[in-house]
This record gives sequence, C-alpha cells and structure tokens, in this order.
Amino acid sequence: MTTTPLLNAINLHLWRGDRHVLRGVSFALGAGEALHVAGPNGVGKTSLLRVVCGLAQAEEGEVLWNGMSSGDASTAFLDALAYLAHDTALKGDLTASENLYFSVGLKRSITATQIAAILTELGVADCADLPCRVLSAGQRRRVALCRVLLSEARLWVLDEPFTNLDASSTAHVVETLAQHLAQGGLALIAAHQGLTLRAGKVKRLELS
Amino acid sequence: MSATSSVAAGRLLFKRDLRLALRRWDQVADPLVFFLMVTTLFPLALSPELSRLRDVAPGVLWVAALLSSLLAADSLLKSDAQDGTLEQYVLSAQPLTLLLLAKTAAHWILSGLPLVLISPLVAAALGVPVDALGVVMMSLVLGTLTLSLMGAIGAALTIGLRRGSLLLALLVLPLAMPLLIFGARAVELAIAGEPAAGPLYLLAALLVLTLTLAPLTAAAAVRISID
Repeated sequence: MTTTPLLNAINLHLWRGDRHVLRGVSFALGAGEALHVAGPNGVGKTSLLRVVCGLAQAEEGEVLWNGMSSGDASTAFLDALAYLAHDTALKGDLTASENLYFSVGLKRSITATQIAAILTELGVADCADLPCRVLSAGQRRRVALCRVLLSEARLWVLDEPFTNLDASSTAHVVETLAQHLAQGGLALIAAHQGLTLRAGKVKRLELS
Repeated sequence: MSATSSVAAGRLLFKRDLRLALRRWDQVADPLVFFLMVTTLFPLALSPELSRLRDVAPGVLWVAALLSSLLAADSLLKSDAQDGTLEQYVLSAQPLTLLLLAKTAAHWILSGLPLVLISPLVAAALGVPVDALGVVMMSLVLGTLTLSLMGAIGAALTIGLRRGSLLLALLVLPLAMPLLIFGARAVELAIAGEPAAGPLYLLAALLVLTLTLAPLTAAAAVRISID
C-alpha cells in the first residue's frame, strides 16, 4: 500500500544556544504509519517533537501537514494533533475525570460516560475520583494517555509514552496504538526502547 | 463529538480555575492577607490620630493594593507552565488570547474582587469617611482589573525564569504607576468631599486600553516563553 505522506518534515535545523540539536532532520509519514524516534538521552527527541507540534520554532526547514505548512494550516493541524509531553499536563488538585473533562473539553465536547469508559479501558477506573496528586507516576501517565485517546486526533505525538508503565499497560498502549494506525491514524513516538506493532507500519528515525 | 467553540472553551477554563482555587484556597488567600497586614500596620506605626491617618489613607490603600496584585500575578500562569497545561492551551486550536483572557478573569475574581470587597473595612479603619467608601471601591475595581491584565503580561513574559517573580514586579511596576497616581488621587478627592469623577474616568480609560492590548501581548509572550 503506497500512501501519500500527510505529515512531512523537511530539513529541520534547531539550535539551542550554541548547540546544534537537530541537524537537517527530514521524514514523511502517511496514514497508518508511525515514526519511532530513537536515540540516546539528550539527543533532541523531545525537541523534534516540539518542533513538529509548533511549540518550538526551527531555525530552518518546515513541517507540512496535508501539503500545507503547519503554521498556515494552523487550526486544521492543531485539530488533528494530540500531544503527550513528558509532563502529563494534569492538575494535581483535580480528579482524573475532572482533568480529562477540562483538558479534552477545550478541543471537543465530552460526556462523563465517555470519560469513564476510557478510564476503564486503560485500567485506571478506580482513580477517576481521586485527585491526581495522589496517583502514582504510572497511573498519571495512563490518565494522560486517556486524554490523547479521547481527543480523537489523527496525529498522535507521544513523548516517551511507556515511561513508568508496567508490562501489561505497555502492552495495552501498544495495542491501542496499533488500532489507531489501523484506522488510518499517524503517530510520532519518541522512545528509547524498541517498538514493535502488530498493525501499521513503523518507521524508525535514529537521531545522533 | 462536536468541536468546542472558543467561547465555550474560555468558559470551561474559567470554571476550571475557580474550581482549582476552591481546592487550594490557602494560596488564593495569601495576597488578601498581605493587603490586610500592610494596611493594618500603618495605624500602628504612625500615630492613630484620625486626621493624620486620613491623610495617608489613599497612598496606603493603593500601594498595598498594587503590591498585593503583583504578589498574586506571580501565580497566574506558574502552575500551568510547570505541569505542561500551558502547552496544551497553545495546541488546543482555540485562540490563546481568549483563553488567557478567561484565565485573567478568573484570576481577578480570586485576587482582585476579595480585595475590593474588604476595602471598605480597611478604609474605614484608616479614617476614610463613609461617603468616600464608594469611590474607594470603584477605584479599586478599575485598578485591580487593570493590574490583573498587566500581571498577565508580566506572568507570560517570566514563565520558566528563575526568580521570575522579582522580574515580574520590575516589569509591571512602571506600567502600573499611572494607576497608582490616579487611584490615590480619586480616593484623596473623595476624602476631601470633592467630586472624584476625573481620575475615575482616567482609570476606566486605562482599563479599556489594557483590556484591548494585554491579552494579545500576553498570548504573544506565552508563545515566545514556551519555545
């Protein structure tokens, strides 16, 4: 199956002070494809993800979504994007379901039933009414993943999604990811461990 | 499944901030306690003579309100920036200007409004006559709203900086000088029993000016700061 690339990064260069972090990174990603960004710590995986999302501005190069510069197609691109950063973006004083209600609610309307269903699916149903500050790091990570799932975005940008997850949760996330790709979704994943998916095509980009 | 409208998103954020404040009321109370402390210390340090207190009352009220607002402004975006929520606002496809305006509105309800509500008590303790209390409150409504908006710019510019709170004060203080001058003048006129409409109109004009420019500036500053 040949697919026309939806997401295109062309020759990205990023400087952080005197450090040349991204040195001409290019990739293309079509429907049903995932890009696994690998490399040792501090090599610029997160920086690449932030540049793709538009949170950081690259000195050179551009990111195209559907053939249009992601800056120009801003609303269409952001509507299709869900970003899971290393920080989970959860409020410690709000419960897991409140967190999801308020964060997903900024993008699209959401009902309590949908939230409960997704929390059950990722095995954190019993955390629904607990303030997020008392959750473990792994539970917080899963709640944050719920946000990505609920956003129904086409493009998932996940920064180290498997950190702090136990084996069964990791397997579950991998499974969800495969489903997402099978439905024509795209994913950009920074992870230092290997990534094998049952469905979809995984490309690998080694940063050095 | 439908996309959230910008206004609904703003309202949602407003509601969320109020709910967060209810769970964390001790943090919200800090600036108010500061305001009360500063204003009640003056009668102790100066002589408790009413005529003398009445002379310094406008200055004391307004300097305390200004510093208390600066103290509060520090927390406006801090927690959102720390836990990554701010990045999600930027990526939410909603106008950042509107989201920040909603946040600032919630922030004013939590920091400015309590100050306005308690000001008659404080002013009375400083010997301000009852007839002048309306002007005191009115000037503080206009002033604290403007200060919250200015604080949003300062908070957005100092995201992620160490010792950002000090820098924030340095950035916002010069902008706030006209407020201090006109605010204190309005209270002074009211205490003297003269019409205070002039300075109040000027305060209102400053509010309109900041209301139109501050959210845009703050949004631009947030985009730069998170890079």
